[in-house]
Amino acid sequence: MAKLKSNEPSGPVSEKWEKHKFDMKLVNPANKRKLKIIVVGTGLAGASASASLGELGYNVHTFTYHESARRAHSIAAQGGINAAKNYCNDGDSVQRLFFDTVKGGDFRAREANVHRLAENSVKIIDHCVAQGVPFAREYGGLLDNRSFGGAQVSRTFYAKGQTGQQLLLGAYQAMMKEVEAKTVTLHTRAEMMDLVVVDGKARGIIVRNLLTGELEKHAADAVVLATGGYGNVFYLSTNAMACNVTSTWRAHKKGAYFANPCYTQIHPTCIPVKGDYQSKLTLMSESLRNDGRVWVPNAVGDHRPAKDIPEDERDYYLERKYPSFGNLVPRDLASRNAKEQTDLGKGINGGLAVYLDFADSIKRLGKDTIEARYGNLFDMYQQITGTNPYESPMMIYPAVHYTMGGLWVDYNLESTIPGLHVLGEANFSDHGANRLGASALMQGLSDGYFIIPNTIGHYFGSNDLGKVTTDAPEFDEALNNVQEKINQLVNIKGSKTVDHFHRELGLLVWDKCGMARDKAGLEEALKRIPEIRDEFWDNVNVTGDGQFNQTLEKAGRVADFLEFGELMCQDALHREESCGGHFRTEHQTKEGEALRNDDDFCFVSGWEYNEGKKAKLNTEDLTFKDVPLSQRSYK
Amino acid sequence: MAEDKTITLTLKVWRQKNAEDKGHFEIYKAKDINENMSFLEMLDVINDTLTLNNQTPIAFDHDCREGICGSCGAMVNGVAHGPVSGVTLCQLHMRSFNDGDTVVIEPFRAKSLPVIQDLVIDRTAFDRIIAKGGYISVKTGSAPEANDTPIEKKKADASFDAAACIGCSACVAACPNASASLFVSAKVSHLVLLPQGHAEKKRVVQMVDQMDKEGFGGCSNAYQCQAACPKEIKVENIARMNREYIKEKSIR
Repeated sequence: MAKLKSNEPSGPVSEKWEKHKFDMKLVNPANKRKLKIIVVGTGLAGASASASLGELGYNVHTFTYHESARRAHSIAAQGGINAAKNYCNDGDSVQRLFFDTVKGGDFRAREANVHRLAENSVKIIDHCVAQGVPFAREYGGLLDNRSFGGAQVSRTFYAKGQTGQQLLLGAYQAMMKEVEAKTVTLHTRAEMMDLVVVDGKARGIIVRNLLTGELEKHAADAVVLATGGYGNVFYLSTNAMACNVTSTWRAHKKGAYFANPCYTQIHPTCIPVKGDYQSKLTLMSESLRNDGRVWVPNAVGDHRPAKDIPEDERDYYLERKYPSFGNLVPRDLASRNAKEQTDLGKGINGGLAVYLDFADSIKRLGKDTIEARYGNLFDMYQQITGTNPYESPMMIYPAVHYTMGGLWVDYNLESTIPGLHVLGEANFSDHGANRLGASALMQGLSDGYFIIPNTIGHYFGSNDLGKVTTDAPEFDEALNNVQEKINQLVNIKGSKTVDHFHRELGLLVWDKCGMARDKAGLEEALKRIPEIRDEFWDNVNVTGDGQFNQTLEKAGRVADFLEFGELMCQDALHREESCGGHFRTEHQTKEGEALRNDDDFCFVSGWEYNEGKKAKLNTEDLTFKDVPLSQRSYK
Repeated sequence: MAEDKTITLTLKVWRQKNAEDKGHFEIYKAKDINENMSFLEMLDVINDTLTLNNQTPIAFDHDCREGICGSCGAMVNGVAHGPVSGVTLCQLHMRSFNDGDTVVIEPFRAKSLPVIQDLVIDRTAFDRIIAKGGYISVKTGSAPEANDTPIEKKKADASFDAAACIGCSACVAACPNASASLFVSAKVSHLVLLPQGHAEKKRVVQMVDQMDKEGFGGCSNAYQCQAACPKEIKVENIARMNREYIKEKSIR
């Protein structure tokens, strides 16, 4: 077991980034255009990185499997983006955002990274406003804020329920400007299939042109992955259909350590599962908990319609258990409490749903105000469920939403493969074991706009990179392996669909590695996953040929989930404690809260791929100097 | 909760192998479709059956299935995104159909949006239009403090409404001239309504010229785009784009 080094600078946490920016090596403007950077992914992190690196003058090649860069799933983020502007004069500061994020992450994030994130948050808002992101404003013309879970201040900037869309369009447009300026070359419908490592450094990727099916080799001086999270390992999640683990998993197999894969976020307010046909789950923004009250009937077996259940026969369990944060407790707590209520049989009609009720807010503020705040979310709810949330309370239940785990990166966002940098949800860095609401957008943009443009220059300045072209044998070797796998997939011609296997894997990990985990269940999953994987490779039916073929695309992604799922369960089994989204039922307080084991597990797990064998564990010790370790309390 | 209702439909689906293929309609029976399914989930069911019968599934673009990414879209009985106004295809649910209905499903059609396969089309023309000026030029790091510039709420809201465009191209498919005016004008409006976007006067000319170059038609006030737009973007944006275009052209 090796110790991983964060490579963070010395000194007080609040001065580290400024000091580091000065200490880092620079690249002469004239030399930048000679350096080629591959960026994979065009979500908030990938698009903002591409735009900013292009502005600096680097030769950027950006890849997305989408038909347009604007389709990336950041577009679907609803509620908002945090920033320590303290516009509300309610006591916010960089220090408080830093504190809230470390605490919200249940003390499993790296302090230095989180502080830098909080510092950058204010610049992100400035930049996005200058780009024309139409954030919500007050009548006086200044920016409006709202509250999100895990904080007692209002620091969330938003654009109705479409904040992610507006921020992504800002980054996408900035990138398209660089495309026009020819500093960024954009490759659409191009999926990364493998990472190419030459002389121990990331030097390129293998890409599948999804239109023609051809495999392409691309060489570069550095590779940046911004390919999102792995929530779709659960099949049903709020992620978009195409979200996958392939790029990060392939990089892992080439030597990048995977950190904390068991930290998955189950979002408390999603539209409940309806039937077997369901292809995905839909989030109802956390912002709704500003004005919505969560409750279940007091009595098990009370199946009356909500309107017939009198006030004193309802249990507003979050308000009851956590009076100071109420409905705005962090996501992991809100989810676990919903599960606790439904496990007790108090779910709506005894099933897997609880109420999110706006009746009080509508009475207090009027329907118009609620409509102005959440109109598009209410409409979406009605379209999907066929019921009107202005009249009867929403029914909600937790669903997989975000993954805090990801490729391990140091303070420079560089993975254990030199030259491979990882941004946004794809890395593990800032959210610990639980991400606070409105912090994903902040992190993606902080990484892309403000961190990588600095740290990648440092990489170039400190490494003597020889010329590597796609003629290097490593490219052919990687390409041949990819081709072989594709040939294998299209020739199985079995009797089951790709979705069949994906669904089976998803149900298994949801059951054994979802909101609550235990040793026996995880061991069972670890036994079962290889069996599903074997059956997949024996009996999946990928119709069509190797050209434009959406079934083949999906099959490759599911094949990787079938490998990754095992690592996720292995990590969950190894981590003998509960923290944030990782809840081991063996480790809980008397009140049923997550019980950390700081003596034995105050570290980041960085798993090292080990061909054909169990992954090897490496750790990065976490120290908490500025936010002292404590049992989280939101009471 | 009441039992879910199921319906059976006859689907006439456009199948086209590739850009060169002429294409044709195939008829499929969609049996026992749960009315709570989304339209795309209904297509998933058909595709599962096709796969199990060793036939090639229907290709269609889709991703978020929440009506925001803009990937999905098809003509359903001749209407872009189907019979319910203000929603994308992924948010259309089967309760909007009746048992026994015949449903005709075709790709969005326009010269500038060629078919790639079945319902999948090439919309890269939209990206090329954005690249010609659909942005405010601000280098990372150079922005002033966000609250230095108050923006009249009415204007900020109107800007947001235009910015809500998801780039799905239903407006083009619905237009008798296959014009991209609603798409282009939504971006022009979003940016020009904000003080930050004022300085770049050439934007509108460059974007409109690129639209013409891509082969999209002009606007002749059919208003079909507004009716088809899943985000209910208004044609007044086209009027604003035309005003801005004339202003910029005549000042020179």
